[in-house]
Amino acid sequence: MLKRGDPLVRLEGAGVSRAGRWLVRDVDLHVRPGEIVTLIGPNGSGKSTTAKLALGVLAPSAGSVTRRQELKSAYVPQKVHIDWTLPLRVDGLMRLTQSLSEADMEAALNSTGALHLLKREVRHLSGGEFQRVMLARALARKPELLVLDEPVQGVDFSGEIALYELIAQVRDLTGCGILMVSHDLHMVMAATDHVICLNGHVCCHGSPESVVSSSAYKQLFGDRAGALALYQHRHDHQHLPDGRVQHGDGSVTDNCHPGDGHHHGESGRIAHKSFRINRDA
Amino acid sequence: MLDDFFVRAIVAGLGIAAVTGPLGCFVVWRKLAYFGDTLAHGALLGVTLSLLLNINVALAVFVVAVVVALSLLALQQRSSLSSDALLGMLSHGSLAVGLLALSFMTWVRFDLMGLLFGDLLAVSKTDIALVFVGGGIVLATIAWAWKPLFAVTVNRDLAAAEGYDVAAYDILLMVMLAAVVAIAIKIVGVMLITSLLIIPAGAARRVSTGPVMMAVLAAFVGGVSVLGGLFASLSFNTPSGPSIVAVALILFALGLVIPVGRLLQEQRP
Repeated sequence: MLKRGDPLVRLEGAGVSRAGRWLVRDVDLHVRPGEIVTLIGPNGSGKSTTAKLALGVLAPSAGSVTRRQELKSAYVPQKVHIDWTLPLRVDGLMRLTQSLSEADMEAALNSTGALHLLKREVRHLSGGEFQRVMLARALARKPELLVLDEPVQGVDFSGEIALYELIAQVRDLTGCGILMVSHDLHMVMAATDHVICLNGHVCCHGSPESVVSSSAYKQLFGDRAGALALYQHRHDHQHLPDGRVQHGDGSVTDNCHPGDGHHHGESGRIAHKSFRINRDA
Repeated sequence: MLDDFFVRAIVAGLGIAAVTGPLGCFVVWRKLAYFGDTLAHGALLGVTLSLLLNINVALAVFVVAVVVALSLLALQQRSSLSSDALLGMLSHGSLAVGLLALSFMTWVRFDLMGLLFGDLLAVSKTDIALVFVGGGIVLATIAWAWKPLFAVTVNRDLAAAEGYDVAAYDILLMVMLAAVVAIAIKIVGVMLITSLLIIPAGAARRVSTGPVMMAVLAAFVGGVSVLGGLFASLSFNTPSGPSIVAVALILFALGLVIPVGRLLQEQRP
């Protein structure tokens, strides 16, 4: 399904050093249109630094970063602190770097389940709500290159799956290239074409399946990381962003029914395909 | 009309408040309060230079402030010292050098109090022209570059990733700050410039739902402070600069006490 073309961004032997210490070095990677590349690695392995190199936020201390001319990028940073002195609402944040029609803004927020937050003050959002808004903002930019640094941190589990599905959908619909940072490969496996495993340098890379089974990956994440249990998880009801519940028959109520449940292996109207690490294996 | 010293004071004060309000919002948002203070302290060196070289005071202060601002930007990138300590060094270092240079110029009779606290009641028509031309340019620049300036303020990495030249807008903001310090130094003085930047912005924060609203309200609060302070200074025979700052402080305190929360409760569907 990969559309071939020149890479949107290409890093060759790229590295960043600060005060004589390498944050990350010798990174080779490229992101083509329609491709999802995922960076994984432990804390401090240089994932965010690599993402910033690709965006041009940081200049490489060594090697080279080549980006396509006039490349339109969008970015969801790992950490954004909004000080209390800044009176910024969600609609203001959506329009931070772009002009946006009311309709486009609402459509983007709706796609990430954040439309009800439109007039809320940004600094009062929960971590998960904030990530949904940041993702909507990035999608509304209609970028050619989308860089997502831990885009679903703080989002609840079922929301996390839905957002990763959305990210994959956006790639399919718009053909943009996506560079994603994650600490959990199993969460993003389904939506990833190419995985780069970092630990100060590139440890291993390839398709998700080949990286999971590689010895370098097992060394970094331990043997248990390889034990992956896959099962299908079906809901007969869905929790809407405003707290109400939509049932299998389409009706909406304020709470779950006593008989509602999360049924494994049964068929339901709304089904999520999900991956989970079986920690006990 | 401008022949009356009190009218001149009001016109000049309102002109300054109109610029320090919006610019002060950026100072508050980007935590540059101490930075504004540093520029103001450096202004003494500018005043000394203007006496020594016999050039325009505002111009000399502006040049010195720009040099101080740009050296801070450069030092921040190179040095491992915290910018807090760097600011302290630049601030008091330039103040000391300014005072030293002044002491050597024994032929100059210089009103140090006037420099520290300004004299709004002694502004000339030229001063007013400077406030309106210089302030007008700064305000127009803020309006013109609002989107990138604000984006860089909210998140530098995001703004850089999405195509804004972050370093250029940093320099632009510093130059505008330097300009405002240069324009206002004669009128409100070294000690009080920072207060006109941060107090109106702080007072406007609690009643604002958006950044533009906060910038406009800050200018308004500044204007009210100027009027209140000047009339207070006239009736109670108090120094004008400190009176203005005191009124601004009262407005800020009122903003804390008045229960605006219910008026501006966030809309929920």
